[in-house]
Amino acid sequence: MRTRIFGARVIDPASGLDQVSDLYLDGGKIVAIHQAPSGFVTEQEIDANGLIASPGLVDLSVALREPGYSRKGNIASETLAAAAGGVTSLCCPPLTKPVLDTSAVAELILDRAQEAGHAKVFPIGALTKGLAGEQLAELVALRDAGCVAFGNGLAPMANNRTLRRALEYAATFDLTVVFHAQDADLADGGLAHEGPTASFLGLAGIPETAETVALARDLLLVEQSGVRAHFSQLTSARGAEMIAAAQARGLPVTADVAMYQLILTDEALQGFSSLYHVQPPLRAARDRDGLREALKAGVISAIASHHQPHEADAKLAPFGATEPGISSVELLLPLALTLVQDGLLDLPTLLARLTAGPAKALRLPAGRLAVGAPADLLLFDAEAQTLAGETWYSKGGNSPFIGHCLPGKVRYTLVDGRISYQG
Amino acid sequence: MPIDAKRSLQLNDQGQLRHFLSLDGLPRELLTEILDTADSFLEVGARAVKKVPLLRGKTVCNVFFENSTRTRTTFELAAQRLSADVISLNVSTSSTSKGETLFDTLRNLEAMAADIFVVRHADSGAAHFIAEHVCPNLAIINGGDGRHAHPTQGMLDMLTIRRHKGGFENLSVAIVGDILHSRVARSNMLALKTLGCPDIRVIGPKTLLPVGIEQYGVKVYSDLASGLKDVDVVIMLRLQRERMQGGLLPSEGEFYKLFGLTEQRLKLAKPDALVMHPGPINRGVEIESAVADGPQSVILNQVTYGIAIRMAVLSMAMSGQTAQRQLNAEEQN
Repeated sequence: MRTRIFGARVIDPASGLDQVSDLYLDGGKIVAIHQAPSGFVTEQEIDANGLIASPGLVDLSVALREPGYSRKGNIASETLAAAAGGVTSLCCPPLTKPVLDTSAVAELILDRAQEAGHAKVFPIGALTKGLAGEQLAELVALRDAGCVAFGNGLAPMANNRTLRRALEYAATFDLTVVFHAQDADLADGGLAHEGPTASFLGLAGIPETAETVALARDLLLVEQSGVRAHFSQLTSARGAEMIAAAQARGLPVTADVAMYQLILTDEALQGFSSLYHVQPPLRAARDRDGLREALKAGVISAIASHHQPHEADAKLAPFGATEPGISSVELLLPLALTLVQDGLLDLPTLLARLTAGPAKALRLPAGRLAVGAPADLLLFDAEAQTLAGETWYSKGGNSPFIGHCLPGKVRYTLVDGRISYQG
Repeated sequence: MPIDAKRSLQLNDQGQLRHFLSLDGLPRELLTEILDTADSFLEVGARAVKKVPLLRGKTVCNVFFENSTRTRTTFELAAQRLSADVISLNVSTSSTSKGETLFDTLRNLEAMAADIFVVRHADSGAAHFIAEHVCPNLAIINGGDGRHAHPTQGMLDMLTIRRHKGGFENLSVAIVGDILHSRVARSNMLALKTLGCPDIRVIGPKTLLPVGIEQYGVKVYSDLASGLKDVDVVIMLRLQRERMQGGLLPSEGEFYKLFGLTEQRLKLAKPDALVMHPGPINRGVEIESAVADGPQSVILNQVTYGIAIRMAVLSMAMSGQTAQRQLNAEEQN
């Protein structure tokens, strides 16, 4: 399908492009920007006057819940939710049942994602078999099956020696390891950020040092092994400072933050709403502010949704008995635009953290608007508003933002030149 | 949830008590009303026929997901003295062990047309969850939820202090021991602050003190001698033996040596200082027998006052819940 998108303000953070231009798509790729290539016969036109065209968002963590947890979500429902949030490429963590530690599981996910066709899926493979932290998964076979990086989620490694060997093995093949820095012992039994709010509510705390102690160890082992490392779900200001210091001394280290960590703090837990139960926990206001500054400075180069859809029953219990996580991918763009509304970032910088930044962190073929690149695009209206929850595609309704009026509205999401979502 | 929201969950549109979940957000006037009402119920226990008809025809259901003898029994007695029908369920050994969720267990009990649930649960916030999501039309009384709140214990402690000291305005009160895991300590701190106590002290090692405890407006001491100096009331907390295994304390012996209340140490407090304990007490771990049984101890009075406080709360919450139902019905018509 030959498509002409006209009238949009085209912003491509990767190339610095920011001007009103026309875009020409053919064969799933961008074939021209500004002027039609010779012989281009338009078959479809999208009037994008007043809209912003950017690369489709690249989300480094979207739990698709399939295979194994279909009561919470499936690949079709969650990739459609992603498209509604402006996402064209997403990484899914290995927390499936069976765990994503074999090629068969990776292939199943990729096949179903392709069938659904709402967004491109890039699986993150398990670093260890069953995420048990003991025996390395077949990393190269998983890479060959399509996994773009490897991680163990919040599950701990058996010991530091095993972690070191895993990193060295990954480094051998230039594989990227995704860390979720949290010391399991320091976090053990915890439900909320250790601070006045948790103390007041009588919720067992998870100290900031659960993140920073693990981060210090991980960074030292990254340095020793030379592995490419991405630190996911940072929650603390001190953790962001440690990443900055590591980058300053030349380590190949990137980081992302969950979108909701940039908005919410642990004070949201007052009233015990299980919608705010996340792991790692919402931290204090100074941490949120520190994460925002690190995002602005580019130390944190990616915002991810860390989407965790749940069935209603998973949240229908006292706080400590509920499952952690927020269904968040569907609101990724509107929530992110609150950072522009708050004056923290200008729009091109925000889009950089949602497109080129995450794509570069995991070396994904996504996140840019350029001739020859895949036609993965987002067209949105920055002036319109989204009433969160008015439409909802995720199977998980566990979002504390539902009912809120948020800035911006996704009008079109295109994947390989095809409209995968229209709002 | 801002304080106003918490208040609205517990109070009806006319500001009357409707659920009793936590002391957070409740105004001083209401706490005083609970104490005054409890005072008036104290004489019921001394009568030949220990009953008043306030809850006649109503059903109080004690739903205890966590073991308790003292609290459950005093709630049973309180409800019986108000002439209610009382059912006590130890749910920890029945439905939930068959896999039923808390939500379903309570919905089933609700369907049996109870009027008040007294709930004890190991999870902080359980009573809020029940009042907000499961049984908003029944009066929910928190009989202790996790480490969060034990509001009737807090109020019975206040009644004990008021009856022996006359008020709160000029008092120094020390709370000693495992503050971190204590719902009693949290409720006491809130109640004392709301009722105007100017000097609230907490005493314990750092491993047993919650982070940011200063938010309650309390002074923190790690040295028992300084903390007890000239106080009017000493509230000792129970120390659970598993704390030793969890690495929070080296031994019972060392804890007793540093934080145990002995006759000698009690002399640091004012001569007429009260000694309180929510029970059950561990003699020789947190308190010396001579102190627990001594002339300054009001530990058994606390139990007696607990019945009166629970009578007050049950009757006030039932009345507030009924008034709210009437208001809602009038609005619908």
